[in-house]
Amino acid sequence: MVNITINGKLVQAYEDEMLLTAIRRENIDIPALCHHEAVEPYGACRLCMVEITKDEWDGWKNHVTSCLYPVEEGLIVNTHTPTVIELRKTILDLFLAGSPRSTVIRKLAAEYGVTKTSYEEVPDGTDCILCGLCTRVCDKMGFSAISAVNRGHGKEIAPPLNEPPPDCVGCLSCAYICPTRYIKFTDDGKTRKIWGRKFKLLHCEKTGQPTITEEFARYLVKNRQIPEDYFKINDLSHRKELALKMGEITQWGREE
Amino acid sequence: MQISTPKQLKELQQKFQDKDNKLVKKIIVCHGPGCLASGAEKIFEEFQQVLSKKKIKGVTLEALKKTGCHGLCEKAPLVAIEPAGILYTRVKPRLVEDIIEKTVKNDEVIPELLYQDPETKKRVEKYRDIKFYSHQTRIALRNLGHINTADIEDFIRVGGYQAMAKAITKMTPERIIDEVTKSGLRGRGGGGFSTGRKWATCRKVKDDTHYVICNGDEGDPGAFMDRAIMEGDPHSVLEGMIIAAFAVGARSGYIYVREEYPLAVVNLQIAIEQAREYGLLGESIFGTDFSFDIQINRGAGAFVCGESSALMKSVAGEVGEPRAKYIRSVVKGLYDKPTVLNNVETFANVPVIIDRGAKWFTGIGAPKNSGTKAFSLVGKVRNTGLIEVPMGTSLREIIYDIGGGLIDGRPFKAVQTGGPSGGCLPDSLLDSPVDFDSLTKAGSMMGSGGMIVMDDRTCMVDVAKYFLSFLVSESCGKCNPCREGLYQLYKLAVKVSEGRAEEDDLEKMEKLSDMIIIGSLCGLGKSGPNPFLSTVRYFREEYLAHIKEKKCPAGVCRELIRFEINDKCDGCTACILACAYNAITGKKKEPHVINQDLCTHCGACVTVCTRNAIDVI
Repeated sequence: MVNITINGKLVQAYEDEMLLTAIRRENIDIPALCHHEAVEPYGACRLCMVEITKDEWDGWKNHVTSCLYPVEEGLIVNTHTPTVIELRKTILDLFLAGSPRSTVIRKLAAEYGVTKTSYEEVPDGTDCILCGLCTRVCDKMGFSAISAVNRGHGKEIAPPLNEPPPDCVGCLSCAYICPTRYIKFTDDGKTRKIWGRKFKLLHCEKTGQPTITEEFARYLVKNRQIPEDYFKINDLSHRKELALKMGEITQWGREE
Repeated sequence: MQISTPKQLKELQQKFQDKDNKLVKKIIVCHGPGCLASGAEKIFEEFQQVLSKKKIKGVTLEALKKTGCHGLCEKAPLVAIEPAGILYTRVKPRLVEDIIEKTVKNDEVIPELLYQDPETKKRVEKYRDIKFYSHQTRIALRNLGHINTADIEDFIRVGGYQAMAKAITKMTPERIIDEVTKSGLRGRGGGGFSTGRKWATCRKVKDDTHYVICNGDEGDPGAFMDRAIMEGDPHSVLEGMIIAAFAVGARSGYIYVREEYPLAVVNLQIAIEQAREYGLLGESIFGTDFSFDIQINRGAGAFVCGESSALMKSVAGEVGEPRAKYIRSVVKGLYDKPTVLNNVETFANVPVIIDRGAKWFTGIGAPKNSGTKAFSLVGKVRNTGLIEVPMGTSLREIIYDIGGGLIDGRPFKAVQTGGPSGGCLPDSLLDSPVDFDSLTKAGSMMGSGGMIVMDDRTCMVDVAKYFLSFLVSESCGKCNPCREGLYQLYKLAVKVSEGRAEEDDLEKMEKLSDMIIIGSLCGLGKSGPNPFLSTVRYFREEYLAHIKEKKCPAGVCRELIRFEINDKCDGCTACILACAYNAITGKKKEPHVINQDLCTHCGACVTVCTRNAIDVI
C-alpha cells in the first residue's frame, strides 16, 4: 500500500493502481469519457486531469491524466483546483463544438457551466469524440475489426477501407461501450446490422429467443473453448450444466 | 572482408589512404538534396564521360567523388576541386569539359563559376574564404562534401569506425556513458535532454533486451539536416548507434526514416550491408561477445511519428499515437523494453566525442550547450543551405554572416526556429545566442534545427495561421486539447486574418493556448500554440491592425488587401496578360485599371509589373 493525499485527505492506495481508481474510491466525482476498467487506460479525453505535487518537489506542480498516472508514495493530489476546473471547462467546450447534439456531452458540459460552445461549431461534427474505447475493446476481444483512421482533425473510427469489416463478429461490444452512443446498430431478432455488415442471429431451440450471432458463437467455440451446444439452448439449467463442464475445461484442459 | 581487430582497421585505413594519396586532384560533385534537385547526377555522368575520354595524369575516375551536402544549396549544383578548395557554383553539364580542361588539367580558375560576394561583388576562389563556410564549425556534418556517400572505404579512410573500435575494445560501457555525459551532448532532435544521462538510465534497467533507435523522421517544414547526414554520411550514424548499443547493452537497433526520404533509405541500407560485410555489424564485433545489428523502418508520412513514443508504436506496427510518458521509454519503450532513442545528428556526434574526448567537445559551444548544432537555413536569406555552427552563435551571425543577409537587402522581420511548433523571433533578439536554453527563454525552441528567415513582406498572422494549419492536420488526433484545441486556435487565427475578429478574440486565443499546453498529451500539442504565442508576443500590433483597422500591414492577408494601379503605370499590358480573371483593363500605353469585384488578390500582376505600378493597400 502507498500513502497519498487526495484533496487534503490522507488515503491509502494499492501499489500499481492508477490515480483515477484511488480518487474514485474516495467518492470524488471526476469525469472521464475515454476510461473503462475493462480496457487499458488511454488518456485521450484529458477530463480526468488533476494537479499533483510532492513535498520534496519544492512547490513544483504538474498536471497529469489520473487514469494513466500510477500512484506513488507521498503524492499530493488536488482534483478540483481552479486551473483543473478551467481545463475541464475548456475541454468540454471544445467537445461541445465538435458534438453539439450529443446529450452526454451537453449534460457533462452543463455540469461545468458550459451550455453553449464559445467556439465555432465544427461543420459535420458527429457524436464521436474519438475516445478510442470501441477500438480498444475490439482489440481486447481479439477482433481488431475497426480502427482509428487518418490523423489530426480528420481522424475517425472506421473499418478498413470503409468497407464492411470482415473481422467483425457483431458482438456489439463497441456499441455498448461507446460513451456517447454514437455507434449505431439494428437488431430485429433475426438479423443484426452494424458497421455495414449483416449478421444472422442464433436462436434458442427451446424458446425461439435470439441469442448471439453465428460468427460470434463460432469465434467463442474456436478461441475460448466454449462447447458448441452452449448457444443452442438459451435455458438456465442447460447453461449451468455446460458452465460446469467449461469450468473443468478451464481448470484442467487449458493448463498448457 | 571481416575486420576482427582494431589493428586490422588501422591497416585498412592506411591502405585506403595510400590509394587516395595517389590522386593529385579530387573532383567533388555534391549530391546533397539541393544539388540533386538541380541536376547533380547529370553533371556527375558528364564528368565520368569526359574523364574517361581524357587522360590526365594523377586524375583517374576515382578522383571523382559523389559526396553528401556541401552546404551552399542556394548556388546548387556545386562542384569543388580539391585539395585547392575551389568551389564552382550553378554548374551545368555543358561546362564540365571546360572545368576539366582548365581547372583540373591546367590549374586555371574559371571566374564566372566562382561564388560572388553579395556585398563586395568580388569572386571568391576558395570556398573556405567564403563567409558562409568560414563561420562554421562542422562536427556532425564533418564528412559531408568530402567523402563518397555510402562508401565504407572512403569512410574508413577518414578515420571512420576508429571511435567504435576504441569504445568496444578499450573502454567499458560505464566509461563511454561517462564520457558522453561529461561532453554535455544534448539531444539534437530538439528535446535537448542529456544523451549520457539517457544512456545511463537505460543501461541501469535490468532486462534481457534493450533497444537503440535512431530517429530519422525529420518532418519540420524546411528542415533537411538529418536527411543530409543519412544520405551523405550514413556510416557516421551507424557508428554512433553501435557505440550507443555497446554502452547500453543492446543487441538490435532500428533506424526510423521518414517516408519522404527514399535516398536516405537506400544509402543507409547500403551502409548497413557494407558494415555487415566488414564485420562491424553482426555477431561478435571485434572478436568480443558484443553483437549488434540494425534494421531500417520506414515511416508512412505522419509528422507525429517523430515523437518518440509514437515512433516506437509505429516501429511495432501499431497506430502512430504518442502515449503518456509517466513511465519513460528508457525504462519501457519499444515492445515495452528499455530503449534509447536519439536523433540522427546526435548519433553523428558520438564518434567524434569518443575519439577526441569530452573535454575537447565542451570547449566548443556555450555553457551547458556544448558542441555545435546543424541548421537548415532557408527563407528570404541570400545563402540558403545546410550549416553547422557552435552553440551560442548569435542569430545575427547566422543570418548576416553565414546567410549573407536578406534577399534584395530587404529589412529583416523575423526568424522562425524550432519547426512548426517553434516560434518567431523579432529583430530585437537578433543578438541572442542560439542554444537550447536561450531559444526556449525567448519563446521559441531549438527543435531539430530548421531556421526560416522572413522579410518585411511576411505577415505574422499569416505565418501563425500556416503553422497552425500544419499542426491541425499533423496532430495524431488522439487527445482533445491538441485535436480540437489547435483546430479552434487555427479557426480563430483565420478569423483574425480575414478581419472578422474582435479584440477579445486575442485574449480567448491566449487562454485557449494555455489550456492546450497544460492539457495535451505529448510534445506536439504542448508546443502547438507556440506559432501563435510567439507571434502575438512580439508582433501584437500586427494582430491588432488586422482586428481594429481591418488591415494587413504586410499586404499578405487576401481579405484585407486591395490591389490598385498607381500613376507609374506605362500601359505595358503585362498585368492584363498575367491576370487569369480578366480583372485588369486598359489600352496599350494608357494606365490600366483593376476591377476590384473580379480581383482575387492572387498577386500575379504584382509579380509581372516591372515599374512598381501596383500598390497593395
